[in-house]
Amino acid sequence: MFQPDFEGMPRTDIEVLQLERLMKTLSRVYDRVPTYRSKFDEVGVHPDAIRSLADLANVPFTVKDDLRAAYPYGMFAAPMREIVRVHSSSGTTGQVTVVGYTKGDISRWGDLMARTLASAGATADDIVQISYGYGLFTGGLGVHYGSERLGAATIPISGGNTKRQVQVMKDFGVTVLAATPSYALLLAETALEMGIDLRDLPLKAGVFGAEPWSENMRKQLEEALGILAIDIYGLSEVLGPGVAAECECKNGLHVNEDHFIIEIIDPETLQPLPDGEMGEVVFTTITKEGIPVIRYRTRDISRIIPGPCSCGRTFRRMQRVSGRTDDMLIIRGVNVFPSQIEQVLTGIPGVAPHYQVVLTKRGTLDHVAVHVEVGADFAFDEIRELEKLRRRVGAEIASALAISIEVKLVEPKSIQRSEGKAKRVLDLRAEGSV
Amino acid sequence: MIQQISVFLENKSGRLAELTRALGNANVNMRALMVADTAEFGVVRVICDVPHRALGVLDAAGFGATITDVIAVEVPDRPGGLADVLETLDAAGMNVEYAYCFVEPTGEAAVDIFRVDDPLAAEAALSAAGLVVVEPGALYSAD
Ligand SMILES: [Zn+2]
Repeated sequence: MFQPDFEGMPRTDIEVLQLERLMKTLSRVYDRVPTYRSKFDEVGVHPDAIRSLADLANVPFTVKDDLRAAYPYGMFAAPMREIVRVHSSSGTTGQVTVVGYTKGDISRWGDLMARTLASAGATADDIVQISYGYGLFTGGLGVHYGSERLGAATIPISGGNTKRQVQVMKDFGVTVLAATPSYALLLAETALEMGIDLRDLPLKAGVFGAEPWSENMRKQLEEALGILAIDIYGLSEVLGPGVAAECECKNGLHVNEDHFIIEIIDPETLQPLPDGEMGEVVFTTITKEGIPVIRYRTRDISRIIPGPCSCGRTFRRMQRVSGRTDDMLIIRGVNVFPSQIEQVLTGIPGVAPHYQVVLTKRGTLDHVAVHVEVGADFAFDEIRELEKLRRRVGAEIASALAISIEVKLVEPKSIQRSEGKAKRVLDLRAEGSV
Repeated sequence: MIQQISVFLENKSGRLAELTRALGNANVNMRALMVADTAEFGVVRVICDVPHRALGVLDAAGFGATITDVIAVEVPDRPGGLADVLETLDAAGMNVEYAYCFVEPTGEAAVDIFRVDDPLAAEAALSAAGLVVVEPGALYSAD
């Protein structure tokens, strides 16, 4: 642990610290950011009325559109003379959002990213190659400051020029890689084409984030690169990388709760959900000065994994993000995230992780059929085994989604390959019963 | 051991015809074909003259096909002939997952196909019991 006094803090101390920092942050934004002042006034919540962590539930949410509307600096809570860095979201959807950092923010960010690298086993003795893009994107510089804070030798190679990346990795004796998981796989493939097996190099760990990835991909990465691969999480509106990271247990990402309050809410009712339940991830920053966000709705779907972690960190863990709220379905009154189906399928040999959900009405009830492809190299040809497989898939999906479903095994490669919601889900409920 | 092609099919009309046409167009000669199915899906089992090429043909035509090792046994043409084979397999602790009939074009002997957990051990047990295990060369060319 990089900061054991915080990362291993007793739960009660964490909550005291969180409340103290939350109250300070709420006053700060109420005094300095007109958007927050009018939001709070509208519902009649004054920062002084927040006296416990539970009271946070009375505070209005912030959404990406609030940040867009305030483009570029409207939600900053520090004057520009205190802002030392500006980053911006990628802007793939709609107008971009801009975030600013004070000197203190940059310093704290460095600590948080140093924690992240340390949780992958990195120390001052390591050589860290940062293949995240540098620039307006928070990835490159975010990891960079953490790596220097840790005292590691930092190689700011940024993205692109893959062959050169492989050469540097080999020649410079890189031990830790920071990249998107897909780029890391490309590095491994390119290395093989160059006659270099990354498993023969001193490389020992990788911190991967900035895009969703699966347990399956972890296996591929760990095998192809000969490393420990951990998932890191962050988003520029909240900080950038450094919000949460897996530890060596690889079972959920510890949220840096001394700097962020995480909530899981029902995206329909907007009510907070208890630990363990799937919902939308909401963050409140409690130490940021440049642009604090209050109850920011990430649209990411996850849950809090209940119970302590064996690594000794006391911060609660969020499960690997399994999709976006935009994909959510409501079936028989239950919120269902189809991406959970993919997670289940990845863990079952004999089927491919491709599926289609077909929703129909049977009488007044929603009927859910999940079409699942038999693996192209299905290893058995007995009806009995196939039926067993079908039942297993059905039971595991039903348990993950908490609704009963019917599984239909379909031929390999018969489901269209697409990421879009329209293709994954066929909702025929409006067309009457069948 | 005989290499049988197993194809997973959804129960959609015309799908089996498409499969046989794909093999026919590629000049694959089918020696035996057996369909096992439920209301929703089925498995088509094919013994043909060029199993590996047939697998490639089916794959290219978008079928999910795999090769399964089975054994082929000449079943004595007398009452109780099949029982002899099954009892031998049973005595060797072999569980028969499925079996179907394969008729030699010459019509001399009936050949049955058996799917067991351990085809090599099953063949050894059958040979030891004096039964005739059919070699791949007798059914198809190695391709
Ligand atoms: Zn842990």
